Amino acid sequence: MSRIVGIDLGTTNSLVAYVDDKTGLPRVIPDRDGQVLLPSIVSFTREGVLVGAAAKRQLVRRPQSTVYSVKRLMGRGYDDVKDELGYLPFTVLPAEGIVKIQIEGRDVTPPEVSAIVLKSLKERAEAHFGEPIEKAVVTVPAYFNDGQRQATKDAGRIAGLDVVRIVNEPTAASLAYGLQRIREGLIAVYDLGGGTFDISILRVKDGIFEVLATNGNTHLGGDDFDRAIVLALLEDIRAKHRVDLGRDLEAMQELRLAAEAAKVRLSAEERTALTIPFDDFTYHREITRAELEALIGRLVESTIAPCRMALADAGLAPADIDEVVLVGGSTRVPLVRRRVQELFGKMPHSQLNPDEVVALGAAVQAQILAGGITDMLLLDVTPLSLGIETLGGIVSVLIPRNTTIPTSAREMFTTSVDGQHVVDMHVVQGERELAKDCRSLARFELSGIDPMPAGMPKIEVVFLIDANGILNVTATELRSQKAAAIEVKPTYGLSEADVERMVEDSFTYAEADVEARLLIETRNEADTVITHVERALAQGRRLIGDDEHASIVAALTALKDARGSTDRDRIREATTAMNRASEHLAELMMDAALKGALASRRADEIMEK
Amino acid sequence: MKGRGLDHFEVFGLPRRLGIDTAELQRKFYELSRRGHPDFHQGASPERQAEILEASARLNAAYRALRDPLARIEYLVRLEEGRDTREGATVKPKAPPELLEEMFEIQEALQEAKSAGQTGGLEAGAKETLATQRDRLRERYEQEEARLRGRLSQAWDSAGPADRAGALTAFKESLAVRAYLRTVIDDIDEALGGSPEGYVSHRRH
Repeated sequence: MSRIVGIDLGTTNSLVAYVDDKTGLPRVIPDRDGQVLLPSIVSFTREGVLVGAAAKRQLVRRPQSTVYSVKRLMGRGYDDVKDELGYLPFTVLPAEGIVKIQIEGRDVTPPEVSAIVLKSLKERAEAHFGEPIEKAVVTVPAYFNDGQRQATKDAGRIAGLDVVRIVNEPTAASLAYGLQRIREGLIAVYDLGGGTFDISILRVKDGIFEVLATNGNTHLGGDDFDRAIVLALLEDIRAKHRVDLGRDLEAMQELRLAAEAAKVRLSAEERTALTIPFDDFTYHREITRAELEALIGRLVESTIAPCRMALADAGLAPADIDEVVLVGGSTRVPLVRRRVQELFGKMPHSQLNPDEVVALGAAVQAQILAGGITDMLLLDVTPLSLGIETLGGIVSVLIPRNTTIPTSAREMFTTSVDGQHVVDMHVVQGERELAKDCRSLARFELSGIDPMPAGMPKIEVVFLIDANGILNVTATELRSQKAAAIEVKPTYGLSEADVERMVEDSFTYAEADVEARLLIETRNEADTVITHVERALAQGRRLIGDDEHASIVAALTALKDARGSTDRDRIREATTAMNRASEHLAELMMDAALKGALASRRADEIMEK
Repeated sequence: MKGRGLDHFEVFGLPRRLGIDTAELQRKFYELSRRGHPDFHQGASPERQAEILEASARLNAAYRALRDPLARIEYLVRLEEGRDTREGATVKPKAPPELLEEMFEIQEALQEAKSAGQTGGLEAGAKETLATQRDRLRERYEQEEARLRGRLSQAWDSAGPADRAGALTAFKESLAVRAYLRTVIDDIDEALGGSPEGYVSHRRH
């Protein structure tokens, strides 16, 4: 069997891992620079596509053509995501059953963007092994529905990867822990990532990892924490500087990145300072951990109800759980740890790096599938009930949630009118009683039924959820034992033809070659410096003398000139010279900002008294 | 389509009896999974893989139906009636005879709650009455489940061929009462705004 890698396709970061044949342990694969995490960000430029850290550096400069957090859009329809589109700087448009991202007049779908990330990881693995990699296990949030899983598989195909298995992230994590830390017992895996939340309850015994129940929210994660901080900062800026930056795409990205960085620092520190230079002013404030916790408290609290529901479905109380495992970068937030510990009444595990553990587990599952591990087996469940719409729009559940997969259910269909030769059915996923409140998966049309009196034909339909959690439907007319023709109209997602075309097109989005990429980056760095210096000159002219001003302006002119060329070394040198020339001014401005912040605090204190 | 005939009891090599040692069932489920899970047969031919997938799906469905004593009874009733699918399987809910009068009162209160919902909610007193009634119904519901798991299940397991029909009828009546109680309890919960919005309480069985 050829090599299968494990991939964690995350909202914020993605990774690829494999199981080392010698040690039998899973390992993540770093890139050339030794970086393990690939930011799940794709920037579309005229010279080509940038992925990962290179794309991340474009966030502020090209907010409209740099796509991040695309996982939140995977397998979604416009109505599912329209409420949060206001927070995304790029343009998302409705399309039939999916959404499209519009970039400089060109449309890309979420699976195509994810495919670019997957392809970059594929190439990383190929460079590591020195051989082509064609197969992968890819993880998804446990609470992903059929459409979101399908979209992930499509992304793999567009990237030239055969996704041999979709594995749920929390269960993948349990495999990694199972291999190294936990041998037996009842385990709760609390997985809070960049954009999604899952809770899974498992029983581990004799190498079998049996998921008892799972629950979650595919729209809750660190992104939402950042957003809560940004909204507070916007308000603060409105109060202090009397400007509304809400519509300024670039400023919003600066704020988002600063908020994210502050959040990360507050996991280790009690307080931290933010300093963000804008065109007309420099924003400075301190934020304490207590303030952060007040902002995100409600979000963290909303993870508790799904935990309780999963426990109830497993027929367990919090105290029954032997081990609690934390997965996902957002579980580094102290408030999250505290709440989880309170709920389960025990100290959670976090020995394995929460950013890497899912990829490591995916590698373990890949090794099981490749036949390299035979004493471990994962028995996962379907997170959502599967049903069909019956008379009056009521859902008849065929496969209840938390059923071990693969699983199947049979249902008989017949005709209601004489001579009827087509029968329709509407398949939905969800826990609500009415079909309209559930997630529509697809409409199936059984056709080619021989004309018979009403009620005579007996069509047996088998609904099979495979080990990926994806639905397959087959139908047989029992009288003739003939397979009935089924036409599937998925409510969400790409058609087979769409995917085919995207596989063909994928070269359109080829990654920029190394030379082009370096040039783009060098230019970008120059652009950033130019912007900062122009801003500094406008705000801080009075802080420096004429000579200094003149030398800065000269350096600026030289840099702008160099930027137009394709000579990277020349641009880099001019950038360095510019930095040197403006260093002193930058220091003066920082001092002024700090003094300003202190002054305004003092003013506040006086006001309070 | 061989294996269509294999019912959930047969998958585990068990007789059609309700007294099942769940620890033993789990052990067997793990053992069969280890042998027949698709993960361990990735190299097989596509035809063989399809068979393995089907067998694995059947095993999982069988385990789910048998591991819980109440799901086990529901499955047994279906099986005995010769229904392979859920078609027509829903038991018609039936009010417990001894509670008929109380049920009228509750239904009336629920009607009121519904119309009050449009005007701005129930008053505290009515809420309290409903909550008390619900708690009583919950107790009754648990009694019904205990009866199904206990006396009725034992009756089935010890019934001779002649007594089976009677035991089956007893199951169906008890299941109908249980289904009725479940619906009313859920309705009251909803009227009281108790459960998370629209999230159907876990009707596992």
